[in-house]
Amino acid sequence: MASSVYLCLLRAVFLVCFVNPLIQALDANVLQNPHHELEENLTGLPIVTFKWHHVQTPYLVIIWVFVAGLAKLSVIELNHHVTGVIPESGLLIILGFILGGIVWGADKAQTFKLLPPTFFYYLLPQIILDASYFMPNKLFFSNLGAILIYAIFGTCWNAATVGLSLWGCYEAGAMGNLDIGLLQFLLFGSLIAAVDPVAVIAVFEEVHVNEVLFILVFGESLLNDGVTVVLYNVFDAFVALGGPKIDAAEIIKGIFSFVVVAFGGSFLGILFAILLSLLTRCTKHIQIIEAGFVFVVGYLAYLTAEMLSLSAILSITFCGICCQKYVNANMDEKSVTTVRHAMKVLANGSETMIFVFLGVTAIDTEIWVWNTGFILLTLLFVFIYRIIGVFLLTWMLNKFRLVPIEVIDQVVMSYGGLRGAVAYGLAAMLDEDKIPEKNLIISTTLIVVYFTVILQGITMKPLVQWLKVKRASHSDLKLIEKLNNRAFDHMLAAVEDICGRIGDNWWTRGWNRFEENYISWFLMKPKARKNRDYLFTVFHKLNLEDAVNYVSEGERQGSLAFIRSDEAANVDFKKQFGSEFTDVMPDIMVDMSNYELGIENFTVTSIVKDTIPSVSLDIHGQDRKNAVDDIRAHHLLQQHLYRSRKHHRHKYSRSHFSINQSEDEVQEIFQRTMRNRLESFKSAKMGVNPAKKITKHHKKELTHKMPNGHPDDTGHLYGDKVDSAMGSETGTISGTFMRDTYTVGAGIENPVFLPDMDSPTHSSLPWLMETEAVAPSQRAQRRLPWTPNRLRRLAPMRISTCSTDSFLMADLEEHEEQPQTDHEEIRPVFD
Amino acid sequence: MGSRASSLLREEDIEEIKRETGFSHSQITRLYSRFHSLDKGENGALSREDFQRIPELAINPLGDRIINAFFPEGEDQVNFRGFMRTLAHFRPVEDNEKNKNLTSGEPLNSRANKLLFAFRLYDLDRDDKISRDELLQVLRMMVGVNISDEQLGSIADRTIQEADTNGDMCISFSEFTKVLEKVDVEQKMSIRFLH
Repeated sequence: MASSVYLCLLRAVFLVCFVNPLIQALDANVLQNPHHELEENLTGLPIVTFKWHHVQTPYLVIIWVFVAGLAKLSVIELNHHVTGVIPESGLLIILGFILGGIVWGADKAQTFKLLPPTFFYYLLPQIILDASYFMPNKLFFSNLGAILIYAIFGTCWNAATVGLSLWGCYEAGAMGNLDIGLLQFLLFGSLIAAVDPVAVIAVFEEVHVNEVLFILVFGESLLNDGVTVVLYNVFDAFVALGGPKIDAAEIIKGIFSFVVVAFGGSFLGILFAILLSLLTRCTKHIQIIEAGFVFVVGYLAYLTAEMLSLSAILSITFCGICCQKYVNANMDEKSVTTVRHAMKVLANGSETMIFVFLGVTAIDTEIWVWNTGFILLTLLFVFIYRIIGVFLLTWMLNKFRLVPIEVIDQVVMSYGGLRGAVAYGLAAMLDEDKIPEKNLIISTTLIVVYFTVILQGITMKPLVQWLKVKRASHSDLKLIEKLNNRAFDHMLAAVEDICGRIGDNWWTRGWNRFEENYISWFLMKPKARKNRDYLFTVFHKLNLEDAVNYVSEGERQGSLAFIRSDEAANVDFKKQFGSEFTDVMPDIMVDMSNYELGIENFTVTSIVKDTIPSVSLDIHGQDRKNAVDDIRAHHLLQQHLYRSRKHHRHKYSRSHFSINQSEDEVQEIFQRTMRNRLESFKSAKMGVNPAKKITKHHKKELTHKMPNGHPDDTGHLYGDKVDSAMGSETGTISGTFMRDTYTVGAGIENPVFLPDMDSPTHSSLPWLMETEAVAPSQRAQRRLPWTPNRLRRLAPMRISTCSTDSFLMADLEEHEEQPQTDHEEIRPVFD
Repeated sequence: MGSRASSLLREEDIEEIKRETGFSHSQITRLYSRFHSLDKGENGALSREDFQRIPELAINPLGDRIINAFFPEGEDQVNFRGFMRTLAHFRPVEDNEKNKNLTSGEPLNSRANKLLFAFRLYDLDRDDKISRDELLQVLRMMVGVNISDEQLGSIADRTIQEADTNGDMCISFSEFTKVLEKVDVEQKMSIRFLH
C-alpha cells in the first residue's frame, strides 16, 4: 500500500523533470504534422486514437524512471555475481554510457541530458533530505567542529590551490592557447572543489568504515556544498564584473556574502524544522497525510532558500537534522515508518537517476573538448591538493581532539574525495558568453567525476581492506551498553566539574538540559514527551524484537501451534503477575486475550504492543507448554469468542487503513466483556451486591455527612489519618493501626462499602479500565483488596484522597486540630 | 593563586605523581591549583563536603557515587595523590602508552581500570557483584520520573539477563567486562585534560 503510494509520489516528482529537453527535442517533430493526423481522423468516428503528443512528456519521464529502476535492478543483480568489485554508482554510470550510446545511435544527437534545473530542483533535494533526516545526530554534533573545518577551510583550500595551480601551469604554457583567465580558473576551482554528497554516500555506504570516519566524510560532503555554491556565485559575479573592477570592497563583500549565505541558509532550515515539528504536533486527526508534510516542508525549505539566494542545500540539511527527533516523536508510528520508507525510495530513485544520466550525458559529441594538459593537470591537482588539505587540517585538528584522527583514516578521507553531479551541475550552469571555454570545463568536470567515482570508487574497498581501516562494528543493541553509555556521560561531566574545566561534556549537558526543558516542551506533543525516556525506548525496542522473534519462531512450528502457544503465553503471564488476583477474576484475563486475538484483526503488532510495555516477555520460559492451560484456554475461547457479523462498510477508504472494525461489533464485544466481568465479580465476592445504586447512595450519604464535620464520622476521620500516615515513614505500623481502629468505628460493617471498592477508581467504569491496561500493574495488584480487612481499610482511604479534598480545603481551620486529637484519642485504646 | 598553589607542591611529589598517573607536569600543577581551591578547609585534603560544594556536581545524578569513588574505603579525606589517582582513570589512552604498559604494571587509565571504575559505581557494597538492587538504584538515579517502578524493575532484570552468564542474577566484574567488550571504553571514559 505505502509503496504504491510512493511510487505515485515519485512519478509525480519526476513528471516535471524532463520537460525542458523533451519539449525542445520532440515537440519539433510532432508539431510539424498535426494537420496530417487530423485530416485522417475526420473520415469517421475513431474508436481508438494514438495520441502520443498528449502524453509524451510524462510518458518519457516515467519511461526514464522505469529504465533507471531497471538499471538499478540489473546492477544489483550483476553486483551480486561479480561480488561487488565495482561500486553501484560506477556501474550505473557505465550503464548510462550504454543507454546514451543507444539514444545517440538512434537520434544522432544526445536528446537527453542532465540539465542543471532538473538536477537541482527535482533530483538533489530528496537525497539531501534523506541524508540529513537519517543523520546520526549525536555523532554529527560531537564532530561538528572537525566537519566544519573540513567543509569550510578544506573546500576553500581546494578551490584556491587547484585554481591557482592550473593558472600557473597555463601561464607556463602547459595547455596551449586557451581563452581563459585567472578568475575563470578560480571559478573552475571552486566548482570542482567540493566533495559530492551523492557520490560519497553511494561509495562509503558499501565500504562500512568506522562511524567517526564516515561522519567526517559524510558531514563534510553535506556542508561543503553550501561553501561551494557560495564560492561559485562569488567568482561567477567576479567573472561577470571583470578583473579590473574588483577591489578590496568587492572582496570583503564576497566574504560577507559567504557568511550570510551559509548561515542564513542554515538558519532558514532550522526555522522550517521548527515549523515542521509544530505542524506534526497537531496532525493527530489527519494521520494519513502527516507523513507528506515532512517532504513538503523539506522541499519548501529548499526552494525558499533558493529563492532568497541562500544556500539551499544547507537549508534542507539543517531542516532534516533538526526536525527528525521531534517529528519522529510526534507522528504516529505508522507515519514514521512511511516517512522512512518513502524517503529511501525517493532518495535511492534520484540517486540512480543521477548516476545514469551522468553516464548518458557523456555520449554527446557537442560537449567534448579535449585538452590533454588541462584535463590531466586538473586530475592531478584535485587529487594531490585533497590529500595535502586533509593532512594539513587533520594535523591542526588533532591538537584539539580527544581521539586523534589516525593516519590511515586520513588516507581514506583524502582518497574519498569523490566529485559528483553537483560539480557537473554547476559547470553546466556556466554562462557561455562570459566563459568561452565552458565546454572544456564541462568535459573536464565530467572526466574528474568519472575518474573519482569509478576508479577511486572501485579501489576504495581494496584500499580500506589493505590499510585495515577500523570498520564499523555491528554489535547487537544491548541495554547494558546503553545504560553504561549514559553512566559514562554523567561520569565525564562530573569529572570535568571536579577539574573545574568547561569542556565538551559541559556544553553537551547544558544543551541537553535546555533541550529537555524548553525545546521539547515547545516542539513535542505532551504525550510523546512523557514516554520517551531513552533507556526505556531501548528496552521497549528490544522487547519488541524478542516478541517478533518469538512469534516467527512459533509460526515456523506450524500456524496452529503458534496460536495456541501464544494463548498459553497470555494466560501464563497473567498467572505470573496476579496469582492471587486471578482467582478473583479469571474471566477478565482470558476475555482480554480473546479480545486481543480478535479473529480477523490478527496482527502481530497489536499483540506485541499491548503486552510488552509492562512485562518482559521471556521466550524460553514459555516453551514448556502446560496442557491444562491449553485446554482451559480452548474452552474459554469457545465460550467467549465473538463471531463477527457481516458489516456493510466499504472495503476501501482513502483516509483510513483499518476500516474493517465495525463500531457495532466493537460495542458488542465491549458489552459482552462487561457483562461477563460483572458476573465474575458477583461470583467472586459472595454475598456482595454489586448494584451501583447503592454505591451512589452511599457516597451521597457520605458527602452529606461530612460538611457537618462530626468528629466521629468515619470517612472523615480516616481520611485525615491516612493522609498523615502517608506522610510519615512508619507506613506499616500506621497501616495495621488503622485497620484495627477501623473496626471500632461506627457503621463500618455496612456491606455497601464493598462494591464500591471493587472498582479501582470509582470515577470511570471498572471494565473499561481493565481493558485498557492488559496487565494490571504489579503495584496496583498488590494494593488491590482481596481480604475483607484490607477492603475496609482501603475504602476510607480512597474516599479521603478523592472526595474530601475540597471539603478539607473549605474548613481548614476546623480540621487542622481534629486529626491530632483523633490520634490521641484512639491510640490509648489500642496500646 | 596558581603559582602559590604550585609552590606548595614539592618537585618530588610531582615526579612521583607523574610516574604513577601519567599526567604531565603542567597538568599536575594545574590540577593542584584546582585541588587547592576546592580545599576550603586548607588542610591539604578534600572532604566530601568540599566536593558537594561544586554546584554542577550537586545536580549530577551520579554525583554522589562519583564523589564516593574518590574516597578509599572507610576514609573521608582524600589527599592530592589520591585525587590525582582517581582522575587518572579518565586520562585518554595515548598511542605511545599502548606498547609500554608492561614496564610499570597496568596504568590507571587502561581499559580494565576504566571499566573497574565504572563497575565500582554500581557496586555499592563492594562484593564485586552488581545485584539487582544495586542496579535498580543507579537506574532510578539516571532515568526520568516517567518510568514506573515495575518498568524499571523489568529493565533491570533484562539488563542483568544480558550480562549474566552463570545465572546467579548478579553481574560480576568479568561478566561486566565481557558484555561491554564491544564498547569503546577507552574513548567514552576519557576527557581531555589541558596540557
